[in-house]
Amino acid sequence: MQQIIRDALKGHDAEYAEIRLESAESTRLQYRGKDLEEASRTTSKGGCARAFYKGGWGFVSFNELTDLREKVALAVRQAKLVGDQAGSLAESQPVEMKTGSTVKKDPMAVPMTEKKRLFDEYIDIIWATPRIQTSTIGYSDGRRTVTFGNSEGALIEQFKVDVSMRITAMARADGDVQQSGISIGSNGDYGVVEGLHERVSGLAQQAVDFLSAPHAAGGPQTVVLDPVLAGVFVHEAFGHLSEADFVYENDRMREIMVFGKEFGGKHLNIVDGAAVPDLRGSYAFDDEGVPSAKTYLVQEGILVGRLHSRETAAKMGEKLTGNARAINYQFAPIVRMTNTYIEPQSASFQEIIGDIKDGIYAKNWYGGMTSMEMFTFSAGEAYRIRNGKVEELVRPVVLSGNLFETLKKIDAIGNDLDLNQGGGCGKGGQSPLPVSNGSPHIRIQDCLVGGK
Amino acid sequence: MERILELARKRAEQAEVFRVWRRDVPASFEANRLKSLQTKESSGMALRIVKDGRIGFSATNDPEDEEGLVERAVELSEIGAQARFQMPGPASYPEVRLYDPETEAVTIERMVELGQTMIDTLRRANGDLLCDARVSRGAATVEIINSHGGHISYKRSIFSASIEGTLIRGTDMLFVGDHRASGSPFLDTTSITDVAIEQLEMAKKTVSAPTGKTQVLFTPHGVASALVMPLIIAFNGRTVLQGASPLEGKLEEKLFDERLSIWDDPTIDLQPGSRVADDEGVPSRRTSLIEDGRAVAFFYDLQTAGLASKESTGSAARGLGSLPSPASSVLMVGAGDAPYADMVAGIEDGLLVEQLLGAGQGNVLGGEFGGNVLLGFRIQKGKVVGRVKDTVISGNVYDALNKIVAIGNEPKWIGGGLYAPPICCEGVTVSSKS
Repeated sequence: MQQIIRDALKGHDAEYAEIRLESAESTRLQYRGKDLEEASRTTSKGGCARAFYKGGWGFVSFNELTDLREKVALAVRQAKLVGDQAGSLAESQPVEMKTGSTVKKDPMAVPMTEKKRLFDEYIDIIWATPRIQTSTIGYSDGRRTVTFGNSEGALIEQFKVDVSMRITAMARADGDVQQSGISIGSNGDYGVVEGLHERVSGLAQQAVDFLSAPHAAGGPQTVVLDPVLAGVFVHEAFGHLSEADFVYENDRMREIMVFGKEFGGKHLNIVDGAAVPDLRGSYAFDDEGVPSAKTYLVQEGILVGRLHSRETAAKMGEKLTGNARAINYQFAPIVRMTNTYIEPQSASFQEIIGDIKDGIYAKNWYGGMTSMEMFTFSAGEAYRIRNGKVEELVRPVVLSGNLFETLKKIDAIGNDLDLNQGGGCGKGGQSPLPVSNGSPHIRIQDCLVGGK
Repeated sequence: MERILELARKRAEQAEVFRVWRRDVPASFEANRLKSLQTKESSGMALRIVKDGRIGFSATNDPEDEEGLVERAVELSEIGAQARFQMPGPASYPEVRLYDPETEAVTIERMVELGQTMIDTLRRANGDLLCDARVSRGAATVEIINSHGGHISYKRSIFSASIEGTLIRGTDMLFVGDHRASGSPFLDTTSITDVAIEQLEMAKKTVSAPTGKTQVLFTPHGVASALVMPLIIAFNGRTVLQGASPLEGKLEEKLFDERLSIWDDPTIDLQPGSRVADDEGVPSRRTSLIEDGRAVAFFYDLQTAGLASKESTGSAARGLGSLPSPASSVLMVGAGDAPYADMVAGIEDGLLVEQLLGAGQGNVLGGEFGGNVLLGFRIQKGKVVGRVKDTVISGNVYDALNKIVAIGNEPKWIGGGLYAPPICCEGVTVSSKS
């Protein structure tokens, strides 16, 4: 295979060409209600070729792995139809290597019947809870091996094992339906989906409790986010804006996102990096063969870094960060986050909520989206805070805001960093990409809460 | 395909092979200029069997994995769900035009020209706009054969164009744009750029939002963005079967304003969501969901219908790697009698919503919709006075669609899977910072 890739890449009239070949297998188990509704196993084989010529790209994806050379040639022809101005790619030392996830408990080695037995236990727990109407469990695992070669001589074979699961319980009374859920994931360890019995019991009870919980009041409020939700917040509210492909050809965005600009208080440090080991967004090389890194995006409140592909790094004259990722061979790599988090400070949870007279404690996540300036994300559960105490449960809230104001309104950062492995990120039609995000508890003043 | 079916039949009572092939050729523009040309081809096969009464399933896009496909399906049938259906035998299918040979004949040069025209048109309206655009043509074939003699194959074409313009002033960002998709090529993109130019015009001024319970006029895009998802999930036979639909046990009750009618119709010629048969070979047909404000039917695939003791409505949809499940195809919201200009003129103080961010993050199953108003405008004394920002709306479809003020008389296609008019409702809560 290696030699075929090398031969197919030789002698094309392009500034750069690459091939990615992929083989993957995946397992899915989907429960709806009490029963296993769907069990499937899928195998896939495919590849793509990409070429760069005078600032333009050509891209070809295919399942038929024959005649790779012609596929590269087609990508080159397409790139030449596009390219009409100077463009370059940041230099990256070509590497020859085989590498992959550290697999602790290999999900592919666990028999289907064993997975079903475990998930049946979770289902039984949920259904033993009074007033539960229904439940879902979606589990998937997969192993993907990618062989990457480029015209500069890189040749990297890399495998990634991914596990993810979401469990949801739904309760119903008088036409009102409420739900509660958790998302779990890992970079190659089936162990994370085991032993969740207590958490499953808690989430089922919570769905029932939501039925009698009041709505939170809408409008600006003091909000405390738990590590899971704060992780979604940093991903949505800041992470996407630090992706250089939103910035590199946009002069006004470059002015907004200029290094040295103040985004938050001295206590705010935000990091992204696939080189942080053993997380869902971890890898050794990105899909352009660039080594992964750990990149400070914000340090002491100041914008100091952003995430790059080879093209965006060259255009902006900045350092490579190894953030070009493709969800599979059917897509060209684009700039993506990996493991994104706010670094911990010293405040305890008690100190964070202690002087709040009236506010919201929002936990767990349901989803989130951004349009750069505006973001919105939703909590899986929420409580009223009164006079420094977490009090009654309220219905899940949607929080929303303006990035440029909200980061500055974080006025407390906790000491309890935790990373959520259950997320998936979507961008440019590529979803869900395995990522992790996290934070300690944080407090935001004047955060817009959607409510009644 | 026949060989796999043959192999599977020896091991199972029922078997079905589903095969897809597709090729898309998109031209993408970034920052006002052509950025990439792509040719994306994919194909694959999925096998569904019923063995000892249980469903087994596997999929692959490796043509050399035929035997593996059968083995995995047989293995998984041991833990699979009880099958509650018979695969459909030979059937007569409706005449639906899905393929236009002209689509694949459009040259790359012509596509590039279309994209550039859209960008130039928008930038003539405002030279500070930074535009991304995409023009794409493609074709796909679907083939399904099963052990009951059922056999259907069809080919479809799709042509689409979209543009998004970004305008940045300080840290204020405005996104305008529109998209269109059809089975046939269209070489006039003014309907797309006109929408974006009107958005630009209305957003020239930023104003404060009205707050509290407010009249909200949803444009067809706004209807798609806010109202469709919470509504459709409740009509999904699977949601009903789980007991999670607020509509369960309420068929024939008047739940919505009597002017509201919604149906699903996959038999409309040359719409990207149309098809001759659903993804398990059941002939396509129109399914009425809401008639004059009454919920009248839910939509089903074979297995869900079997479990619910209903008939399939021909509403099965699937990706390559998963079993079929019920889904809408081409959703039609019936037009009302109000001219759009009159709808705007009739609002004393309200909101015009074009696009929500994060809609569907709330309790969608309960009918809730809401989110940050990504693109929306204030209407005062019957006139659009400017764009609103930092504004969140929330409401419930069972409330809002029962308090309809007016339904527009000019529906619009949204992406080839939805045809909707503007709808103005009361009872939506608006919260805002400004």
